[in-house]
Amino acid sequence: MIRDFSFLDVLILLRATQWTIALSLIAFIGGIALGLVIAIMRTAKYKIPRIISMLYVELFQGTPLLMQLFVLFFGMNIIGIKVNAWTAAAIGLTLYTSAFLGEIWRGCIQAIPKGQWEAAQSLGLNYLHQIVLIIFPQALRIATPPTVGFLVQVIKSTSLVSILGFVELTRAAQLVNNATYAPLLTFSIVSIIYFMLCFPLSSLSLKLEKRLGKIDLERTKTKNLENF
Amino acid sequence: MNYVFQFETLLREWPLLLDGLLLTLRLSVTAMVVGLAVGTAGAAASVYGTKIMRIFMRCYVELIRNTPFLVQLFMIFLGLPAIGIRLSPDAAAATALTINIGAYASEIIRAGIEAVPHGQIEAGTALGLTRFQVFRLIVVKQAFMTVFPALSSQFILLILGTSVVSAIASEELSATANSIQSRTFRAFEVYFIVTAIYLFLAIFFREIFRFVYRRWVHKT
Repeated sequence: MIRDFSFLDVLILLRATQWTIALSLIAFIGGIALGLVIAIMRTAKYKIPRIISMLYVELFQGTPLLMQLFVLFFGMNIIGIKVNAWTAAAIGLTLYTSAFLGEIWRGCIQAIPKGQWEAAQSLGLNYLHQIVLIIFPQALRIATPPTVGFLVQVIKSTSLVSILGFVELTRAAQLVNNATYAPLLTFSIVSIIYFMLCFPLSSLSLKLEKRLGKIDLERTKTKNLENF
Repeated sequence: MNYVFQFETLLREWPLLLDGLLLTLRLSVTAMVVGLAVGTAGAAASVYGTKIMRIFMRCYVELIRNTPFLVQLFMIFLGLPAIGIRLSPDAAAATALTINIGAYASEIIRAGIEAVPHGQIEAGTALGLTRFQVFRLIVVKQAFMTVFPALSSQFILLILGTSVVSAIASEELSATANSIQSRTFRAFEVYFIVTAIYLFLAIFFREIFRFVYRRWVHKT
């Protein structure tokens, strides 16, 4: 024990929480942008984009995030791009998030009745307009609850970045614990902080889901996507 | 790019990787089996239990679902010794995984139990079955049939999630990768191979679950 656990340590943890939030936001925003591309490719008319995006989703959903981070971290350094833990973490989490969001949204897009596509076509809209004007606004409604719910998974996933050595909330907790040797107190506080970040979001997701009603939910055939 | 990939040096490490893989499988299967039992009991408690049991289940499920697994793992491995419970890395890993999957499983199974039509339960009662018999013979079976797909994808996420326990030096597949890379300095190659093994595991288990589903659960 180097020092006693004090209020200072709580401040250290709260400061580190900022990094957890920043990393979550970057991964979420990046994941939304890339996930949109994946969802469009997954529902495309042509086979090649469908296959490529399917393999992408398969790869990122079928391997542990931790291993993805390591491969990315060492892989990018090999091909000559020097990355630090922060960049590797941001890129890794973005790719991971995009695969899951892409798959969630594929389900939402496919839940839109075929007649909507046909109606849009018969109005003479091109593919981009069909998607942007007709399909997206409807899909957005059923996509919101699972998307908000997945943000919780993103926040929790950022804890893995601590293993790469990046100092966010979980890593800060380890450092505080090493210095104070008060593991129960430290990790309890950290759990509370994570809980306060995640619980409002999961409750919101549930509330939005209930508001949608049963018919919409049965239409979305998104599978259970909660993870660690 | 003047990096020479050396996958051959890793061929010699296969016994280590195999040991790691076996521990990963052991941890996953233990957590699945015990977690399923915890989940079933938990789901029953949150549907039929007394008010206190239901509140306890709500807290358990929400607490687990809204905190990262890594923090739960540290709590058990580093936190519990402070109150006199000391677990080996493997035991701590298995405990944390089971507690974690137990919460997800009970939430999934609860949804399945609630989806069983009320007429089924009334029919069972009318046949003179006791409440426990109705639960065991009618409700559980139908609930499992409904939630089988959700449970199996949760189990696959569990297998992938076991890699996190490498953080407390439980020598499973990911930890094996860490130790091989620190000895051979072939970091990229090691992680690449181990990632491929995980992908294979995920696909393998998915196909097994699909087979079971088609053969016994949802006969088509």
